[in-house]
Amino acid sequence: MNNYEMMVIFTPVLSEEDFKAAQNKFTAFVKENGGKVVHENPWGLKSLAYPIQKKTTGLYWVTEFTTPSDFIEKLKIQILRDETVLRFMVTRLDKYAVEYNARKRSGVATGTEKAEV
Amino acid sequence: MAKSNEIKYLTAIKTQQRAKKFCRFKKYHIRYVDYKDAEFLKKFLNEQGKMLPRRITGNSLKYQRKVADAIKKARQMAILPYVTDLFK
Repeated sequence: MNNYEMMVIFTPVLSEEDFKAAQNKFTAFVKENGGKVVHENPWGLKSLAYPIQKKTTGLYWVTEFTTPSDFIEKLKIQILRDETVLRFMVTRLDKYAVEYNARKRSGVATGTEKAEV
Repeated sequence: MAKSNEIKYLTAIKTQQRAKKFCRFKKYHIRYVDYKDAEFLKKFLNEQGKMLPRRITGNSLKYQRKVADAIKKARQMAILPYVTDLFK
């Protein structure tokens, strides 16, 4: 079992319900395959730094989960088949990243605030 | 009259020492560089959105690599631009 974080950009044309449904579809898929969803964070509509598929905005969704490593390939196939997804990225989290995310969620200072140039 | 053994300089000697650079990751105990935090990563970019060298930021090699990875991830996910002008 490893810790992963997935960020997905959905097309901005999705309605609120469609966006929710798409999230539920992937979380259900994670749970079905013996994974555990640690956290979900829908950022919502956000402007992109550069256009993707001629779209300048996207619906961001970040989720953190623990699954066996062979599940990620299956998950990728499912996402690639979904036409509402503009782009996605799965990142494996090390122990420091898990700690960082937990601290950020609970609102504890992560140390990056005072690191001024 | 100046003595003959006194050394004269054409320009004034620098007396003020520049503050020593430090690695902010080591100093503040930051162990993970988050690719989702665009405001933090912007500190390591110039106005064209290019990455600043270690010479300027003072990062240690270990964390400069991690910053590079985080910036590349952020660019892929359209959180940071690849190329731009008047970024900051």
